[in-house]
Amino acid sequence: MTKRIFEIAFEVVTFLLMFAAIYAIFIYAPIEKTMGIVQKIFYLHVPAAFLAFSAFFITFLASIVYLYKKDQKWDVIAYCSAEVGVLFCTIVLITGPIWAKPVWNVWWTWDPRLTTTLILWFIYLAYLMLRGVVRENQRANLSAVFGIIGFANVPITFFAIRLWRTIHPVIITSEGINISKPMKYTLLLTFCAFFLFFLSLLKNRIKLERLKINTENVKAVYEEIFSS
Amino acid sequence: MRKLPSYDYIIEAKGVKKEFGFKAVLKGIDLQLKEGDFLTLFGPNGAGKTTFIQILCSLMLPGSGKVCIVGFDPRSDREALCEVIGFVSHHTFLYPNLSAFENLKFYGTMYNVPALGEKIEKLLELVGLADFPNDQVQTFSRGMQQRLSLARAVIHDPVVLFLDEPYTGLDQLGAEDLKQILVEFRDKGKTIVMISHNLDRGLELCNRVAILRSGRLVYHEEISETEIVDFKPIYFKYIEKRPLPFQVAL
Amino acid sequence: MIFIRKLWAIVWKDLLSELRTKEMILSMCLFSFLVLIIFSFALGTEVMDLKTIVPGILWVVFIFSGLMGLGRAFGAERDKGTLSGLLLCPLSPWGIYLAKVVGTFIFTAIMEIFTLSIFIILFNLNLLPVLLPIGLIIFLGTLGFSAIGTLFSAMSAATKSRDTILSILVFPITVPMLIAAVKATETILAGKAVAEVYPSLKILIAFDLIYLLIAYLTFTFIIEE
Repeated sequence: MTKRIFEIAFEVVTFLLMFAAIYAIFIYAPIEKTMGIVQKIFYLHVPAAFLAFSAFFITFLASIVYLYKKDQKWDVIAYCSAEVGVLFCTIVLITGPIWAKPVWNVWWTWDPRLTTTLILWFIYLAYLMLRGVVRENQRANLSAVFGIIGFANVPITFFAIRLWRTIHPVIITSEGINISKPMKYTLLLTFCAFFLFFLSLLKNRIKLERLKINTENVKAVYEEIFSS
Repeated sequence: MRKLPSYDYIIEAKGVKKEFGFKAVLKGIDLQLKEGDFLTLFGPNGAGKTTFIQILCSLMLPGSGKVCIVGFDPRSDREALCEVIGFVSHHTFLYPNLSAFENLKFYGTMYNVPALGEKIEKLLELVGLADFPNDQVQTFSRGMQQRLSLARAVIHDPVVLFLDEPYTGLDQLGAEDLKQILVEFRDKGKTIVMISHNLDRGLELCNRVAILRSGRLVYHEEISETEIVDFKPIYFKYIEKRPLPFQVAL
Repeated sequence: MIFIRKLWAIVWKDLLSELRTKEMILSMCLFSFLVLIIFSFALGTEVMDLKTIVPGILWVVFIFSGLMGLGRAFGAERDKGTLSGLLLCPLSPWGIYLAKVVGTFIFTAIMEIFTLSIFIILFNLNLLPVLLPIGLIIFLGTLGFSAIGTLFSAMSAATKSRDTILSILVFPITVPMLIAAVKATETILAGKAVAEVYPSLKILIAFDLIYLLIAYLTFTFIIEE
């Protein structure tokens, strides 16, 4: 019972914080002088990017633990986290160009960070696709291995792109944004709100997946009773 | 020659379960066989026979439960286990573009068989393919391939032999030959587990029979030659559709 | 020693099998030839700065043609129904993997030598003075590609839609290898000092080692059911 109350409280706090974050972004935070209103997308972009990477990192860790312990629980966590991660990564890849076009004057640049994020997005989409096509009795194993490989790929990709970029110089970098105090507080608030939102999404997604597994189990038992 | 660990039963399975996704294929199987036993495993299609034999020969890991073959656990001593078992399936595991000799040479090398050349000649003689050592396997008939597959399975003198429907695709003559080889094998004191649909073929050689039905071992008894006639009604009694006592396991 | 002998037995059996049919190696070479021709048409007869696009074309051809060979490493075993026979042999999964990497490497290398010869003729390049560094780059790149590709080949052999999923898995992961290899090839072709390719070579070596290590740790899980 206390667990249920705690869960509800958690959701309510998340909800309120999200509202507070929206208020802070649109009303409280001042408009940036050089970039104008478009800078506000940063409050969405930065936490989303951080959480996308965190989600993939959770997938990576859960995959390792799964291979070690062979407990289906960890496979579910890895899967759900990858799904939430792809969602946040998509947000990052959509908000990034919206911000970049007026500020950098291009939709896209082959900056190491941008490119690594894009590659990561591809990798975890592939992860989700792999889960869909692989045979059931090998699904958890194969996706765990791929989850590990996908994340191990991040540092090498980052360094490789940094190397590659030096011959295709990009003049603009993402540095040089003045952050005033209200902006800092807003960013902090959105960070917290997004973090709770992320946790709540992940938690509910895992719950849903577990329910699905239980339903399938009940169905299998049911079918067995009626087939024999 | 080979150092084997000590064991009570040469084949031991305890509470073996296996699920494919949500479908439980094996629902807790216990089996114990002593050295020199010849077990034939009967059962309707989809009963889980092939899954069970694949778990026994380490091609699949049990979902839960324990398997111990010749004292080896497939989880920890897979390679040692592989060296003492042979497996004949309806897949021949032969490379179609390689000749009979090359196929046996490949598998012989993999099992690190000493004096391989002579061994292969002897085996080809045994399975009646001595005249075609250099023909590619794809030119062989199904029966010839199955004979060669048998030679492949016993090239390393396994202690335990698993056979999954070995009579599939063999003509009368081939089946008789296979039977002769199995008799020879049995008389050497090796342990054999065979899956079969065919009651007559399955009952010819065995000293134990078991029936697998929807993932459970519903019948497992010793059988002597005189009882073979009595077995058929038992078999049909177990195979016919009737509700099984079930437990809900979530 | 026994390990090496078993490993070689697998490689030899794959080579012998391929030598009899020549099905895969021919299609790989033919495919790379065709892609090169397509590139020549697409780029027109007067390309201004050949040396800057040549490395890119070369590696794209290597990867696309190499992909055809990758799927066969385990796909062929699955198709012929021999995979179980191979897994039954007393050899560690790592050994099986390594043998398949060697096999894939040999087939890809043959295709690459063929492609390079056609390339020299079609694009009128003189590679002779830089053959050694180019060879090293191609060796490291191909090794990484075979290592990661063989791992994914075993994965995709367990799926319903093999070739599609294989390319979806392979492409994003090979990005660092591709970038480093193209960059290094470009530096060499531009006639710069060999020392300038060291950063790229480092990445190639890191790529090879990391994926061989991951395969060593995880290959058991890929083939067990």
